Amino acid sequence: MNKTALYQAHIDLGAKMVPFAGFEMPVSYAGIKQEHAAVRERVGMFDVSHMGEFFVSGPKAAALIDYVTSNDVTKLTPGKAQYSCFPNETGGIVDDLIVYMIAQNEYMLVVNGACMDKDWEWVSKHNAQFGAELVNRTNEYSLMAVQGPNASAVLQKLTEVDLSTIPFYSFTIGAFGGVSNVIISNTGYTGSGGFEIYVLNENAIDIWNKILEAGKDQGIEPCGLGCRDTLRLEMGYCLYGNDITNETSPLEAGLGWITKLTKESDFVNKQYFIDQKAKGVERKLVAIEILEKGIPRNGYDLEDEAGNKIGFVTSGTQSPSLDKAIALGYVMVGHSAVDTEVYVNIRNKAIKGRVVRLPFYK
Amino acid sequence: MNIPGDLKYTNDHEWLRIEGDVATIGITDFAQSELGDIVYVEIETEGETLEAGATFGTVEAVKTVSDLFMPVSGEVIEFNQALEGTPESVNSDPYGDGWMIKVRISDASELDNLLDAAAYEASLG
Repeated sequence: MNKTALYQAHIDLGAKMVPFAGFEMPVSYAGIKQEHAAVRERVGMFDVSHMGEFFVSGPKAAALIDYVTSNDVTKLTPGKAQYSCFPNETGGIVDDLIVYMIAQNEYMLVVNGACMDKDWEWVSKHNAQFGAELVNRTNEYSLMAVQGPNASAVLQKLTEVDLSTIPFYSFTIGAFGGVSNVIISNTGYTGSGGFEIYVLNENAIDIWNKILEAGKDQGIEPCGLGCRDTLRLEMGYCLYGNDITNETSPLEAGLGWITKLTKESDFVNKQYFIDQKAKGVERKLVAIEILEKGIPRNGYDLEDEAGNKIGFVTSGTQSPSLDKAIALGYVMVGHSAVDTEVYVNIRNKAIKGRVVRLPFYK
Repeated sequence: MNIPGDLKYTNDHEWLRIEGDVATIGITDFAQSELGDIVYVEIETEGETLEAGATFGTVEAVKTVSDLFMPVSGEVIEFNQALEGTPESVNSDPYGDGWMIKVRISDASELDNLLDAAAYEASLG
């Protein structure tokens, strides 16, 4: 089992550790509800160093990325980031990712930790026809997500970079906490705003402690993967492996907005998605609010009123902010309209829910 | 980890307080801390007579769901209705307000299969 550079800090903070993506990761410290509330109301910090970082450079860099990702890389300018996915050749998704444009001919791809090896293989394979310079620096970088309404104020104490000048899905590389060349990115997976901070492993503990110290007055809390999941689910952000997989199309998952079928360049399986869009998808990922007692979980059946199976749950939890159960799941298109009643089969009981608009938490 | 000396335990991380032929049953401090924030305790077996090992209910935490098992055979004579309003007391007071059911024990010899506090603590490693 791998350990992130921050492993000892988590142990010292009394974190409950679980295996995730090949790493021992903190799932919670004080408890999911408390950490969740800290992010929604104040500020929380996550170690998400299990994420993978691939650097792509050279004159063929943009062409490679444009071919393996569904979004339009030509829309990026230096300092901008873009949510995207790697479509596979069979109508599904290899992984979702963020593409960072560092400079002309220089990009960073940030991928899911659990997918890192297969992503690397995938991008390397396709690079054979492009010949970009490709370096996997996953083992060199640590990533801390500092999220919540007070995140900016806390982080501003540690840098001369004016954080208010970094718009959403933009980043700056600068000095932070006495360390140079830190990637300060206005991105996140919580819906409460904040930044993601990329540093080399050797600086990780130092920066982690400096942020905790700087955030004391603002009530910062270390946060684990448990509340990362409840926070992202309240926003309806997809989790790879649950809501999107190698068998789900981005069009089914509501990711048409990152699937640029009209972009000039070809991308992996583009024609398939053009055809799928023309024909219309047969199932859709929907947001479901549960109206009765019970919590939907990954894999539970979704049914119509008569008890016919119409789909399945991909993510579900009790929403700490809303104090009700929420879920994402695929249903046949005829059941996907907002306000449609659907039933979750929870231990052989039909628990009533309703299709709602995302986000759950507004 | 809080493991009161006057209770009996199971390898499924449940505790029993034996008074005559009635056992009060709940989950241990270790179990509640592993589950995390508890959201629902669902027990719909009141009045039923169940074998040891049978499922008497489920506990839903934010992150996960877990079945609750009968540590001994017997009739479920009461469940803790207060948990419907305050399931979090299983987290805050697992051996007190967080108790789950009372069972009229049908076979006292099964009590020999239970662990004492020292043995339970040792089982946690």
